[in-house]
This record gives sequence, C-alpha cells and structure tokens, in this order.
Amino acid sequence: MRVAGKGLVNRDKSVTFRFDGVSYTGFEGDTVASALLANGITLMGRSFKYHRPRGVLTAGSEEPNAMVTVGEGAGAEPNVRATVQEIYEGLMVRSQNAWPSLDFDVMAVNDLAAPFLGAGFYYKTFMWPKRFWEAIYEPVIRKAAGLGALSGKHNEDTYEKAFAFCDLLVIGAGPAGLMAALAAGRAGVDVILCDEDMQVGGRLLAESGAVGHLSGADWAASVMAELEAMANVRVMTRTTVTGAYDGGTFGALERVNQHTGKRGGGAPLECFWRIAAKRSVLAAGALERPIAFQNNDRPGVMTAGAVRAYLNRWGVSPGEKVTVFGNNDDAHRTALDLAAAGVHVAALIDSRQGITVEAASFPVIVGAQVCNAAGRKALESVTVRTSAGEQSIQTDCLAVSGGWNPTVHLTCHMNGRPTWREDIQAFVPTAGSIPDMAVAGACDGVFSTLGCLKDGLRAGQEAAEALGKRVVAVDLPVADDAAYALEPLWAVAGKGRAWLDFQNDVSVKDIKQAAVENFRSVEHMKRYTTQGMATDQGKNSNVMALAVLADATGRGIPETGTTTFRPPYGPVAIAAMGAGAQGHGFAPERFTTSHKRSVERGAPMIEAGLWYRPSYFPKAGETTWRQSCDREVGYVRKAVGVCDVSTLGKIDIQGPDAAELLDFVYTNLFSTLQVGRVRYGLMLREDGTVMDDGTCARLGETHYVMTTTTAAAGAVMRHLEFVTQCLHPEWQVAFTSVTEQWAQFAVAGPKARELLNGVLAQPVDGESFPFMGCGPVEVAGVQGRLFRISFSGEHAYEVAVPSRYGASLFDLLLEHAERMGGGAYGMEALNVLRIEKGFITHAEIDGRRTAFDIGAARMISAKKDCVGKTMAARAGLMDEMRPQMVGIKPVDAAAVLSAGAHLYECGAAQVNGNGLGHVTSVGYSPDLGLQIGIAFVARGAARHGDVVRFVDAVRGLETDVEVCAPVFVDPEGGRVRG
Amino acid sequence: MRFSALRVLREGLTGNKGWTPHWRDPQPKAEYDAIIIGGGGHGLSTAYYLAKEHGLTNVAVLEKGYIGGGNVGRNTTIVRANYGLPGNSEFYSHSLKLWEGLEEDLNYNVMHSQRGQLMLCHSDGQRDAFARRGNQMIAQGDDAELLDREGVRRLVPYLDFDNTRFPIYGGLMHARGGTARHDAVAWGYARGADQRGVDLIQQCEVTGIDIENGVVKGVQTTRGAIRAKKVGVVVAGRSSQVAAMAGMRLPIESHVLQAFVTEGLKPVIDHVISFGMGHFYISQSDKGGLVFGGDLDFYSSYASRGNLPMAEHVMEAGMTLMPMIGKAKVLRSWGGIMDMTPDGSPIIDKTETEGLFLNCGWCYGGFKAVPGSGNSFAHLMATGNHHAPAAKYRLDRFRTGVDLMDEEATGSQHNLH
Amino acid sequence: MRIDCPLCGARDRREFYYQGAAVALNRPAPDAGVEAWDDYVHLRDNPAGETRDLWHHEAGCGAWLVVTRDTVSHAVSRVELATDVKGAMA
Repeated sequence: MRVAGKGLVNRDKSVTFRFDGVSYTGFEGDTVASALLANGITLMGRSFKYHRPRGVLTAGSEEPNAMVTVGEGAGAEPNVRATVQEIYEGLMVRSQNAWPSLDFDVMAVNDLAAPFLGAGFYYKTFMWPKRFWEAIYEPVIRKAAGLGALSGKHNEDTYEKAFAFCDLLVIGAGPAGLMAALAAGRAGVDVILCDEDMQVGGRLLAESGAVGHLSGADWAASVMAELEAMANVRVMTRTTVTGAYDGGTFGALERVNQHTGKRGGGAPLECFWRIAAKRSVLAAGALERPIAFQNNDRPGVMTAGAVRAYLNRWGVSPGEKVTVFGNNDDAHRTALDLAAAGVHVAALIDSRQGITVEAASFPVIVGAQVCNAAGRKALESVTVRTSAGEQSIQTDCLAVSGGWNPTVHLTCHMNGRPTWREDIQAFVPTAGSIPDMAVAGACDGVFSTLGCLKDGLRAGQEAAEALGKRVVAVDLPVADDAAYALEPLWAVAGKGRAWLDFQNDVSVKDIKQAAVENFRSVEHMKRYTTQGMATDQGKNSNVMALAVLADATGRGIPETGTTTFRPPYGPVAIAAMGAGAQGHGFAPERFTTSHKRSVERGAPMIEAGLWYRPSYFPKAGETTWRQSCDREVGYVRKAVGVCDVSTLGKIDIQGPDAAELLDFVYTNLFSTLQVGRVRYGLMLREDGTVMDDGTCARLGETHYVMTTTTAAAGAVMRHLEFVTQCLHPEWQVAFTSVTEQWAQFAVAGPKARELLNGVLAQPVDGESFPFMGCGPVEVAGVQGRLFRISFSGEHAYEVAVPSRYGASLFDLLLEHAERMGGGAYGMEALNVLRIEKGFITHAEIDGRRTAFDIGAARMISAKKDCVGKTMAARAGLMDEMRPQMVGIKPVDAAAVLSAGAHLYECGAAQVNGNGLGHVTSVGYSPDLGLQIGIAFVARGAARHGDVVRFVDAVRGLETDVEVCAPVFVDPEGGRVRG
Repeated sequence: MRFSALRVLREGLTGNKGWTPHWRDPQPKAEYDAIIIGGGGHGLSTAYYLAKEHGLTNVAVLEKGYIGGGNVGRNTTIVRANYGLPGNSEFYSHSLKLWEGLEEDLNYNVMHSQRGQLMLCHSDGQRDAFARRGNQMIAQGDDAELLDREGVRRLVPYLDFDNTRFPIYGGLMHARGGTARHDAVAWGYARGADQRGVDLIQQCEVTGIDIENGVVKGVQTTRGAIRAKKVGVVVAGRSSQVAAMAGMRLPIESHVLQAFVTEGLKPVIDHVISFGMGHFYISQSDKGGLVFGGDLDFYSSYASRGNLPMAEHVMEAGMTLMPMIGKAKVLRSWGGIMDMTPDGSPIIDKTETEGLFLNCGWCYGGFKAVPGSGNSFAHLMATGNHHAPAAKYRLDRFRTGVDLMDEEATGSQHNLH
Repeated sequence: MRIDCPLCGARDRREFYYQGAAVALNRPAPDAGVEAWDDYVHLRDNPAGETRDLWHHEAGCGAWLVVTRDTVSHAVSRVELATDVKGAMA
C-alpha cells in the first residue's frame, strides 16, 4: 500500500501495466516490485525445486525470488528481476515456473516430497534400470527444472556493443561513488560514473537521513547536476559494471530501453560496454543478508533495508503490520522510519541483549529471535522466542537484517580473495586485488553515510593525484555517522527447514547433511547442495551458508573460505555480449570486383573463407549444377573459360634480400628464378608439414609477387612478418599485401591466347609469354600484369589489373569468351579441372601432409635451408607406410564417388586400423565420362593399378576403385605449353 | 553404503540422519605401493581402476586443494567419441563404453545423458571432412550419421537457416554423444576408490619427487615425505611444474579456456550442438542452464579466468547460429587451465625415470576421457605395458614424428588445437 | 587485456595474434640435432609466473612483439619489438 507523503515516485504520472493478465497502476519511477507491493500483491514467484510461494525479498538486482517474464512473443525475456524492471505504459509481465498459475501451482507437490529430495539425492538414485535415465527420469527432471522459458523464436530486438575510455571509472553512484566522481571531476579527471540504478544516489534514495541541509536524494540530485555539467564526466545510469578484466578493462551492461519498452527505430534495448580505464574506484555498496529460521521464505519476509527502500523511495509499505527482526542497529531504522510514516509496527525484535531503542513507539523485544513464520502464500504471523518462551505475533511483513555484506564481487574477478573482518562479521575486499582499483564506502565495510562520503572523497582525490591532477577541495557535507554494531546471528536453532538460498531451496539442513557426507570444502558444499548457484549467485545467502558450514565442520568462517566470485556481476543477455553477430554480422564479408556481375548472371555465391565466390553460372535449360559444371569444364578444355581468381592472396615483395626471404620460406629455390618468370612454390611450417602452395613471379631483380591460396593468405603474411622480424631482421626486404589492390582473372583454354590478343594492346606469343612467363601488359588502356600460369592444365593466363577496373575487365573478357564459344566458369568447374590434373588444394594439404605425402619431396631443395626442412626429415614423416597422394577411378564407370570415403584392401575388414587412407577430392570428369578422385593411400606411389575398396559408410556408398597416378588429362602436359 | 531409490526413501522417512561420508579423510601413510599426484577426474579414475581392476589398493591420491577441483569441476560436460584419427578413435571409443556402464559400476548417478551430439558444417569441404570423420567413427564401431540441411532442420528447427553469415550445409550426428554431471563423475570415482581402500588425501601439495639412480622413491609434500614404488603424475594445468620436479620439460603450453552458463530455463536445447565456423558448442543442463563454450583465449595462462574478447566471440557465434538464445542471460563464466600439446592429443606414457608415469596433455578434451584415461593409465602403471586403446599416446611422438594425431591439423603451435 | 605496442601505444588484445613462447626467436641451425629441434618446436618451460612470449600486432602495425608477462596475474611488464630483441642477440 502507498504511504501518504513518502517516496520519490512521480505521483502526478500514473502508469498502467499488466501482471499475469491483470491490470495494475503504479507511478513513474516504480519498479514492478514496488508497484505490485503498492497494489497489495506479495506473491511474486515460485522457488526452483519445491515451488514454494515466494514474495519479493529485496529492492535491488540481487533479488532471488521475484523473477518474472517481460514481454510477449519473440520479445519475451525470462528471468527478469521485478525489483529492477521499471514499469512503463503497456508493460506486460508474467510470473514463471508455476502451472497452471502462480497462485495454484501443482508442482508445489514437490514440497511434500522434500524429505526425499534433499541435498544430492539425485546422485543416489535414478540409476535403475539403465535406459530409464534418458527415457524417463531426465525428461521429467528437465521439465520440472528451469525458471522462465525462452520464446524459441529468433531474436528480433536490437542490441549493441561499444567501447569507452576514461582515466577513472567510478563504479556505483551512492554517497561514496558520487563524492569520488565529484572530487575527481572537479580536479579535471576524465571520469565515467556507472550505476545500475535508474538514478544516482544508491542507499541515499532509500534512507531518511539528510546530507547537509538536503535530503539524501536531493543531495544526490545536486551532485548529479554538477557532474552532468562537467565536460570531463560521463554519468551512465542503468549501467551495471559486470566484470573486471586485465589491463583496466571492464565490462558493463547498459539497459538503454528496457525501462521504456521502446523497440525498433535503431535504438538498442541494451548496450554492452567495454570500458578501458586507467584507474577505478569501486563504490558498489553492500547487500543486506537475511537470517535463517524456519519458514523464513514466506511471502512478506523481506530484508529490513528493502522495506526501508520501499517506504522511503517508493512510498510503499509492504505490509500493514510490520515486524522488524535483526541483529544490528541498522535494522532499527526500518522500525523507526515505518513508525514515523504512520505504518503500524508490530514489534522490533533484536537478537542482542541489553539493546535500547530511543523514541520507540512500538514494542521492542531484545534478546529474542524469530524462530518460525506462518502463512503459506502470505505471511500471517511469526513466532518469537525469548528466554521466557515463545510468543506469536500477528504480522503481514517481517523485515529481517542479519547485517550487511560489502559487494566485494568485482575485486575478486581477477582471482582475488576477500578478507574476513570480525568486527563487521563480513568479507571485505583485499587491497590490491585489481590493479589500480581503490575501494570506497560500504563495499569496503564503511557503513555510515558520513563515512561513505569521506571515503569516496578520499578515493576520488587519491585517484586524481595518481593521474597527475591537482587536487581540488570539496566540502564534506554533514551526515549521519552512527556506528554499526552487530552480533553474529546466521541461523536460528530449531526444527523445520530454515532457508538459505531461496531460489534453489537450500536449507540449513542441506548444508549440514553435506558436511556429514564429507562435502566439507566450501566448493564441495556448493556443488553438492547447489547453494549459491541460483540467479543471484549467492548474493543473499552465501555468507550465511558459509557460517553454517563453518559451524558444522568446527572451523571458523575465514578458514572455511568463500567460493569463487566470477563475472558477470549481474546476468547479461547473450544478445548483448554477442551483439552485431546475428545474421551476417558474425564475420566480415569480402567481395570480388566481379561479384555483382556473377550474381546478375545467376551464379549461386558460396563462402570461401570470408570471400564469396561463384559456384557455377547456370544457363537456361540447365536443371542441375552438374550440367552447368560440365559445360564450364568444356569451355576450358575445348575453347576458353574466364574465372575470377582475385581471392588468392597476393603479396608484393621488394628489396635486395627478397630472393633470400623466398629461398627461406619456400622449399625450392627462387633466387635462381629469372626476371619475367613464374615458379610454383611449396611452403612448410616449421614442423615440416605443408603450410601452403602457390606461384611466385619475379617482376624485377629485387621485386617478386607471391600468390597464396585464398584460405592461407593471412597466415602466410603473418609468417613472412615472423621470418623477417623474428628470425632475420637483418634482411633488407619489405612486403605488403596487395590482394585487394589487384583484380585477377584466369583465362584458360585452347583459345586463351586468341582471346587475350583481342584485348591486349600488344599481342602475346609463345616467345614473349612462354609457359610460366610473366610481365607487364596494357589491357584496354590500363596497365596490368600477365602471368602465364595454369590451374587447369590448359594453355592459360592470369591477367591482373588494378581493382577499380576489375568489373570492366570481367565484362570484356566474358564478351570475348562467349563470342569464342566459351564463357565464365565457377568454383565447381575449377575444382573438376584441377582434379583432372591432380593439382592440390587445402582438401589435400589439410595441415597434416608432408611434401613426401604429396609426392613433392624433390621440391625440398638440398642446396639450402628452409623453414620446416629439418623437422620434415623426422623418421615418422618419411615413413613409406604414410598415405601418399594418388588418383582413383571407379572400376564400374557408373559408380558414384565421394570425398571423405575411406579406402581398404578389397575383402579386408573395414575397421579402424585396417584403413589404407581416404579420399580428399572427387569430381565428374566429362572427358572421361566417370567420377575421379584424389586420395591418400598407404604406399600409394607404388600401388598404381591396384584395386582397393572405397567405403563411404555415412553416405551408404561402397565400390571398387583403381589406384592411379593423380593426373587424368593430358598426362604429358603438352597443352599447357602449347 | 550402497545408494538406491530405496535408501533415499528410507533416509527420507527417518529424517535423513543415516547418511555417511562419501569418502574418508585419512592421514597419509609413510609408504604406498602407488601414489597418484592429482585428485582430479583422471587421477581419481586412475586410483579407482588400479584398485578395481589390478587389485592395487595400497594407493594414495594426493590433491593440493579439494578433489575434483580442477577441470573436471569446470568444463562444459560433453561426452563423445567422434574423433577422426586412429589413435584417438580407439581411445575415446573405449572411454565412451566405460561411460555407458559407469553408473552401475560406481553405484553413483553421474547423469550420463546420451542426448546426441550434432556438429554442423558450413561448406562442401567441411561436409567431406565430417564424412571422413564419420566413416572413421563407424570403422571404430561407434555411431555416426551424416545429415543434410533438411535433416538438421528437422532435428533442431530453431537454428537460423535463412539469414546467417555461414549457412548450415548439414551436420554429423553422434547419437551416443551427450553430457554428464561433471562433479558427480569426480565424486563417484572418489567414493568408489575410497571404498576399495584408496586413501584420498586432500590439502596435500606435492613439492618434490624423490628419484634415486633413475628410480622413483616417493614424493615430498606439504604434509611430509611419502614413499612409493610407483608415482603417477595426473595434474592437468600444472603438468609442466610437477614434471619439472622430476627434471622433465614437457611439450606443453598452458592455456585458459572459458565456459559460460546462463540462468535456468525451461527445456529448449535437447542435444549438444557445435557450430563449425566459430568454435561454439552448447547444451542445456538438467537444471536448465545453457552451458556453452568456445575457443581458448589463445595466450598462455595459469589464471583460470579469461577476458572479454573470447567471451564476446563465443556469444557472437551463438547469436549467428541460434538467435533464439539471445534473451538467455549469462550467469557465470569461468576458466580452466588446459595442457596444450603440439598435436592436440594427450600423453599417457612412462618416463625415463623408472616407476614414474605421466598422464597429461588433454588439451580441452579431458572430461570425456576421464574413464578411459584412468583405465588406461592404471593399466600402464600396474602392468608396465601400454594399454591398447591408449597405445599411441607416446611422449616421444613429437620428436620422432611417428603417429602424430593432429585432429585440428594446425601443427606444432600449441594454442591452435 | 591491453598491450602497449611500442609503435602504436596501448591497444586492446583483439588487435594482436598470439603465437607462443619467445623461444621461437632462437631457431637452431639445420644441423643442430634432433634434441635441439624438438626443444625448439615442441618443448616449453611453460612457467607459472613470468614468461616472454611473441605477439603479432596483426590488426595494427604488423610488428612482432616480445611481451614479458605474468601467466598467473596476466600483468604485462614489458613490451619490445621482436626486431630489437633479435637484433640484440646477433
């Protein structure tokens, strides 16, 4: 219910939203939780395991109970904290993990079976009969588990990622964070201040105390106004810093439009930030912890700080008759604030003896503990135990405080461990856990408002000084400086189940049972009981559970230790951290200059690394790709074909030591290559396996152009950089990738020269451009390069022009080719053409092949050292039983072959260990009228003519194939030289 | 104590007061027949099989932290036998068969769930490589099914088939692949070993290995010296350090691999699915969390935590493959330390020191290997002979080049496997 | 993680390619023997603590860098150009 005269919500602006189909009204500034509480709704969720009714526990992002689904259809987002989600007009919220309804959930039957479902029960059963696990037990368990549901539809919302840089990142905009940002900002430091709340102020918004002559909220607003006016300060609200990483990098999630529900129009729903900061101040505050007692999970039982927040910030009292129970002075504020606001306080129960509360207008029971709570779906009463006995108090809200835990999480993200402080019975950050991070305020165990302001001021000034700025004076406002005093109370002794991890339904008994079963390590306890593994990651319960475990194992809390704090601090949507990748954004797209022309000609474009290349160019009347492919192969074998080969890596290498570099990275010699000639080269990795192959042309005495395969272009470039910087910095050689600068087209076929002579300024002949010749040419008025090289075994050239002329040249070449009975060919035809000649691609040199394997051992020059030479000579890499490259053709000409098939001796068992090798490439040769392939076969070079068994079990193919030399067309090589 | 539904029922009715420790916490003895350094999954299973299959029960497992605290408690829980190269094929096939009988063998529910593992391919070349792999799996006696695009769509219609950077061409389905509850595997082996008399000694860090005249004599620990006739080193993530105690330098570089889990969700992903173009694999745990991971962070590390670039890359892969997971929220990320070898395959071998044995180099495939690794390592330690399924996991293969098993085909750069 | 490239300044880890231990600079002579080559290509000190490794500023200036770094804390203490380091070895 709303309390008159209280709260910061805008009472002039009412907002209507729906929860489980029912319409409710709240005010601007409300969260779903505060608005529901204002409407008298306390049942907001069901627990994970026992489906116990649960109300809201907290007023912040640590909420374990009030988890809801926001939105509908593809936009539905499960597991949203009702305490964080702001209401907006038309907001649709549903409860989750309950069927048929939140009020009546049949799965609550689990609660009755609880004695059999204790810690680790599933490890001890569901084992028999064996096949029942996948068939019955697991599906039932899976269906019962989980909280909310994904829609199952593709994401339709926009998410973004961004980088930000600053000198000082201040995390948390409570009193400490605001003072730190103010001090640093005034000193001229470049500051980013992040807070996950919708407005700055932190606990000041939830407390009634004044700062200076202003209310806490007004003071925060005044500081915010000053910060926003500073050009060097950026304040990011609704932004949770999720993780601390190396080198001053932080992750942060900004909820850009989650509070407006605005979709589309380019505005993202959320943005994931990568913030690089020279220094940081962690002022993330503290989280209140409850106390475990029987049925302490009843809806209406909340943290005392949350009750105060609902009252002071949202003007809501979560109950009509509120009882407060705590072990510390701070809890008293809740009772005092409620009473001052006119809310009936049934009692203040303090577990400590001899405590007095000044100006209390309500019963104060000291030395007492709440030991039970009653009311299944809403709290009705609590039982209070004193030395005099037990009494029942009628109440609909219990505000509990077991003390405060500093929010140490980020300081532990780089393997830091927090330090136990006996005086506040809590873990605090260990200094130096994150390089260049200072900790200030409540997250360092400073709990008074004045203390936080002072500490923040200190941290801000120290940061400014460390960043080389002159410190500017900042006045410290007057504020509450009350001491924080508590006596530890973790779990009230008694029967029944006292809850620790509310969402995962872990009770004190579970922890004790784990200890009995020797799960005494805190990590074992956690993993065995699931304590702390819920969506709050133990923020509300871990310290209590540690204390219970410490007690059960006879150790102290510091020796018991904590589990590991891991990023993210708060949950982050995959769509946010993975923003930009959905659809085509996952990797860059590279297009050749002929891309558009190829698409216009109807060519299906396929991915080749990051590039797109045409698969084939269909013609009218062709119904299968094979028809197109066969025709295109025919162009090259009988007339002339044109193919864009620009995707091959091209590296321009110049300098006096260029030849030395090439001799070192290629197995064969390039220093002996004549100017104006091209040579095929093989490159090894240092471990002796083949890295890449390609041609390299010598354009001048000190000038080469290397080509690489499309796939290896980047790796080869990196390799050259490695060799020239890390092994031979003394060499005078420079190189650069020119892949993008040159468009290059293969012109192949018996009519290739005729075609070229139709477009070149100076005709070429066998003398000016012999096989493996190269040189400058003028083509259609453009200075280009011509290489007489062939990947098809035909008389062929590659002609290169600056990229801006690529599309025009493609058009021109095709125009000529088509007139001559030829045309464009795509990757399918290119593949057949090269298989027919036994030319390799990365299907063959797959990263495990040696020069020996591909029959190129002689290409390793004996005259010089080269990368990989020594390791290639290892016995295991020269073993004659290694599979060697061969050709294969089916004994039955009609048989279908496939790549990936294994080869066995005919009649041998087709089992692991018996394999001779496998098939790497397959194509249909129109010339031969059958399918042919390239394969690797043990001792293959010596087995030409043998028949072996081809087995592709996954495709259901099996046939006899003949091993042969891997050259099917023009074995003498006459055509290429003609 | 034998576990069963009946036992759970009886305990439930009597207030769960009768449960006993899963394992003892014994004091280390002065001498053992065999010491296993490392109480992770592989070390515990080694101890279990030493006791069960070789009758060697005077055995201690020395663990510097808590048992199961290494990579066995920090992985993406995938169990499969879908390797493509001889050497790995027979080993992982053997391991999977042990998995299939593990619950009955251990009397512990490790929740081994053979829900099927689907590897997606995104080009003709990749499909052919999968065919080759599938044929190897079948030749080994395991299962494999090559699916075309429509076959994949029928199985997992929620993938993005229409608007994605690297379209799905098909996939290789391994029906017997799946997941298991990772911690339970460690606990089940620990309990089984303990019941057979093995001493599990936690908080006991080995600080030295005693070797005299080329023969191992025992170890120095933070809890004193312990003599032993045989010592097995099974310390993924610290292999180089422990091997250095015996004067060895290993072909290993340590790397961090991150993994991620989301908040609990109702069942939505029923298989293990891996993307072929960006190293991303995902399954849904029985609790409902989406468990997923990707590649190494790629720099050598002992920090067991990672950085944002790879975390983001993994989630980007998820978004391009299955954009329906966008609104699942990552709850936790973690990192494990991987022993990366120059061919991406492990080492189970003797050493030049008599009585000292080495089990390391599991890269990031160690979880599914837990039963097979312990089984084969126990065989080697007990008999002195290499166990057939792991016979190719030799330490000297890099020097000789014999039987390298480079599944990723990326060569001797450790982090690329 | 950020690396302070001597040529470009502090840049995000995304711009760099990691190769491995800086022993890669010490390529043995072709006839150094099988042990030396096994050492060079396969075996690693792999320290838990300070290490020197090779990174390539691939999406930046293209420089290969020798980075002195702690493998436990990930703290980078020194970044040098590989050409300088190799040059000094000559």
